[in-house]
Amino acid sequence: MEPVVHFRSAVALLGRFPALTGVNLDVGAGEIVLVTGPNGAGKTTLLRCCAGLLRVTAGTARVLGVDLVADRVAVRPMVGLLGHDSGLYDELSVIDNLRFWARAVGAPTDDIDAVMDRVGVASRLADVAVSRLSTGQRRRAGLAALVIRRPSLWLLDEPHAGLDQRARDELDALARSAARQGATVLFSSHELDRAEALATRSVHLVGGAVVCAESHAEQVS
Amino acid sequence: MSSSVRGIGGEALLIAGKDLRLEARSRVAANHVLPFVLAVVLLFGFALDPDSGILRRATPGLFWVTVLFAAVLLVQRNFAIERQNGVSDALRLSGLRPAGIFLGKVLSLVVQLLVVELLMAGCAVVFYDVRLRGPLLLLATTATATLAIASAGAVYGPLASGLQVRDTALPLLLVPVLAPVLLCATRAFQIALGEIAGGGWPWAGMLGIVAALYLTLGVVVWGPLMEET
Repeated sequence: MEPVVHFRSAVALLGRFPALTGVNLDVGAGEIVLVTGPNGAGKTTLLRCCAGLLRVTAGTARVLGVDLVADRVAVRPMVGLLGHDSGLYDELSVIDNLRFWARAVGAPTDDIDAVMDRVGVASRLADVAVSRLSTGQRRRAGLAALVIRRPSLWLLDEPHAGLDQRARDELDALARSAARQGATVLFSSHELDRAEALATRSVHLVGGAVVCAESHAEQVS
Repeated sequence: MSSSVRGIGGEALLIAGKDLRLEARSRVAANHVLPFVLAVVLLFGFALDPDSGILRRATPGLFWVTVLFAAVLLVQRNFAIERQNGVSDALRLSGLRPAGIFLGKVLSLVVQLLVVELLMAGCAVVFYDVRLRGPLLLLATTATATLAIASAGAVYGPLASGLQVRDTALPLLLVPVLAPVLLCATRAFQIALGEIAGGGWPWAGMLGIVAALYLTLGVVVWGPLMEET
């Protein structure tokens, strides 16, 4: 069975700077893979390449069966990316944002309330403008927009940042639930204790290349 | 994919609806652009003596120059909202077709410009003593010129928003390319209002051609523009 993410000697440039210098990585369906590494190692670039937002300029890169070198746009509707920003319009209310993004991706709008409940966005905040939300609530609303997409590949860039303990637990539960249902989760984090507890496997990036990949069992041993 | 079922028209309506809802919530155009238009109308009223008839004769040009400046503000605002909170990435990930997004942007700009033009027309009648004649030509000119301005704005908006000097770049890019629109629309209005003699419909026709050109250009280039800016 073809891996969900298959990178071989993948190179990506940010301007002229080689942000990925030859990444080799395979991630299977249902895995939760943690990407670690120092600042500037290429974690965000890797996630954005997987989302089809950045061009892979050399090597092989396939995500969900799509060749990213040939046609990276085709993979976009199948992935969900929660980056450092919420991806929501500040002046629109939470519910208007979620309705818009659900319609944009062709997802049903009738289960938005249920999704808000799952990610811990209080229903009293539904009509509040995103600009008036706290950082944590904004992250939760951004996560709700991702869940509504029902992506096959979850790409989470520092997902625990700005969240309180309860929200982190809920996020972890959501990721595990998505993985149990067959989705794949690739996420980066600097909070290693929590992140390693969530991940089934981790890869370590340095200078834009994977230097270490091991399963959770290997880490424990 | 549901987006292919929905069609480009449906995607354009979705984007336009979102932009107009954003505007209704934030009231940036209502609180900034409309007062600006009102101020320009009043300033010209003071600067040019209304009793001498100069103001009435200059109304077509003043009307379209003011609309042009208002358009620059509206286009700037329209694309600034797509830079916040990483929504440009979210739009690219949504699977919405670039042509649908472009046409949605054009539609929302057309609606906002029509509001500005309605206010301008009211002010011209009240303050400049202009009598609206040739209503068909006026309406046709307004429709085609507004579409041309909105289309050109939606082409150059994302181009300017990708630049470091985006705030000053847009007027520099947009005003020169809209000079032909300004000329044609002013001539057509002058003829419709009886200020000069001649046939006004060729001018309105030229505006239609400019609008069609920018609409076509936008549909073709918006994909690469979204990727590169």
